Amino acid sequence: MTRQVPNPNWRDLAIGCAVTEPGSAKYNRTGDWRSSRPIWNYDKCIKCGVCTVFCPEGCLSMKPDGFPISDMEFCKGCAICVTECWTGCIAMEEEVE
Amino acid sequence: MGERKGIEVSLAIAEAASMCDVDCIAAYPITPQTHVVEHLSEIVADGELDAEYIPVESEHAAMSTCTGCVAAGARTFTATASQGLALMHEILFIASSLRLPMVMVVANRSLSGPISIWNDHSDVMTERDVGWVQIFAENGQEAFDLVIQGYKIGEDHRVTLPVMVHFDGFILSHVIEPMEMLSRKEVKSFLPDFEPIQRLDVDNPISMGPVGMPPVYTEAKMATEGALRSSYGPVVECFDEFGKTFGRRYKPVETYRAEDAEIILVTMGGISETAMSWVDIQRDKGEKVGLVRFRLWRPLPADDFKNAIKGAKALAVVDRHFSPGGPGGPVAQEIKYVLYGSDEQIPVVEFVAGLGGRDVTFEDFDKMYTRTKGVAQGEPVPPFELIQVRGGHYGEV
Repeated sequence: MTRQVPNPNWRDLAIGCAVTEPGSAKYNRTGDWRSSRPIWNYDKCIKCGVCTVFCPEGCLSMKPDGFPISDMEFCKGCAICVTECWTGCIAMEEEVE
Repeated sequence: MGERKGIEVSLAIAEAASMCDVDCIAAYPITPQTHVVEHLSEIVADGELDAEYIPVESEHAAMSTCTGCVAAGARTFTATASQGLALMHEILFIASSLRLPMVMVVANRSLSGPISIWNDHSDVMTERDVGWVQIFAENGQEAFDLVIQGYKIGEDHRVTLPVMVHFDGFILSHVIEPMEMLSRKEVKSFLPDFEPIQRLDVDNPISMGPVGMPPVYTEAKMATEGALRSSYGPVVECFDEFGKTFGRRYKPVETYRAEDAEIILVTMGGISETAMSWVDIQRDKGEKVGLVRFRLWRPLPADDFKNAIKGAKALAVVDRHFSPGGPGGPVAQEIKYVLYGSDEQIPVVEFVAGLGGRDVTFEDFDKMYTRTKGVAQGEPVPPFELIQVRGGHYGEV
C-alpha cells in the first residue's frame, strides 16, 4: 500500500498487501478520529510524566519546559491520560469544528 | 527414468515432498492422510530429508505454522482431510491473500455428521472460495507428480499462491499402486530452489497481513483474483514442461473418448477411472459416450471445458457433494455458470453419488446414462438426483 496514493488502483498494491516501509503507520494521521481533545491545566501539572507513559498512541511528549503536550495529528481523544493523571489536571474538551 | 515400484499412494506423496526438499512440515494427523505425514516424519528422523518437522496441536495450528514458515521463506508442506481442512478454514484465506506459496495435499474425505472417514468431495467443495490453486489427482502417479508440479506452479513469480492437490481418501491414500518414482536428482533439476518474492527478513523488514480499510479491501481482493486467474498460464506451462521432461502431460480439463460423444459424463477425482472403464464398455456396445474431467479446479478453466464438451447433446454431471437446501452439486452449478449465455446450450443433468465413501458402480453410471439419454432426446431436465439414496428424494411421494 502506498502512502502517496490515497485511493490506489489494485495494480498499485504491493503483493499480498505487504507493508514494505518500516514506520509507515505515521502517514496515517489518526487525529481526525477524535471527537474531544485533552486540555492540560499546567498550574496543577506536576510534570510526573505518567500521562506520557500511558498514552496508547505514543503521541504525548514532554516539552523542553517539562510540561506534556499531545500531538494533535495523532491524538484520538481516548482520555486515558485524563484517567491516569495523578493531579487530575487534564480535562476533555469537545472538538468544535 | 525413475524406478518403477508398487507403493502406497500416501507414502509416495511423502516421498514426493521429500524429493522437493521441503524445509518445513507442520502437520496434524487425520484419517486418511496420516500415512503421508507419518512417513514424512520418518524420512526426517532418518536424516533423509533436512527439514523442520513441527508436530502441532491441531490443523488450525498446522496451517498457521505453515503460513509463518512460508512467510519466512521456507518451502513448506502439509496434508489434511475433511474436518482438518475445515478447521484450517480461516487461515486458508490468509495464506492465499498474503500470496504465500506452499503445497497442501488433501485426502478428500467426507465432512461429519454423521462421522465419516470415507471418501467424497464435501471437504473440497466447501473450500472453493479460499483463493488457492486447486488441482485434482485421479490416481497415485498423478498425486505424486502433482505435488512436485504444485511447488513449481505456486512458487512461480507470476503466481506466488498456495496450491492444494486433491486425491481421494482411502481409494487412493491407502492403496498400493504401481508408479514411477522420480529420483531426487530429476526432481531437483525440474524444481529449482524456492526463491520467495518477498519474505520476513530482519535486514529488509516488511510487515505481512496488515489491516485493509474499506477504501482498499476491494482492490486487494481484485489483486488476489488477478493472481489466481492469471495462474492458468503458468499451470499449463508447468504441465507442458513436466510432460516434455518426464513423459506424463496433464491438462486443465482432461477428456476420454469425448470428441464425438453425444452424452458426456463429467466426474472429478478417483471415480473418473471407474467412469473410463464404463465408457469403454458403452463404446464397445456402440453407445457414443465420453468422459470429461476438471483436473484444474481453481482457477476454473471455463474455455477448456467448453471446448471439451462441444457437440454433445447432454451432460451427466456426477457431483460428490451437494449444498443442502441449495442448488444441488457444486460442479454442476459451476458448469451451468460456464454455459450460461454461451452459444452452445447443452442440457446439464445433475447427479450426486458416492457420498461418504459409497462406491459408484457401473450400474449407477447406467442409471445416470439412461436418464441423460432421455434428456438428450427431449425429455425435461430433472432436478438434481441423489441417485443412490434409498427412499427417494425429499419432496417425492
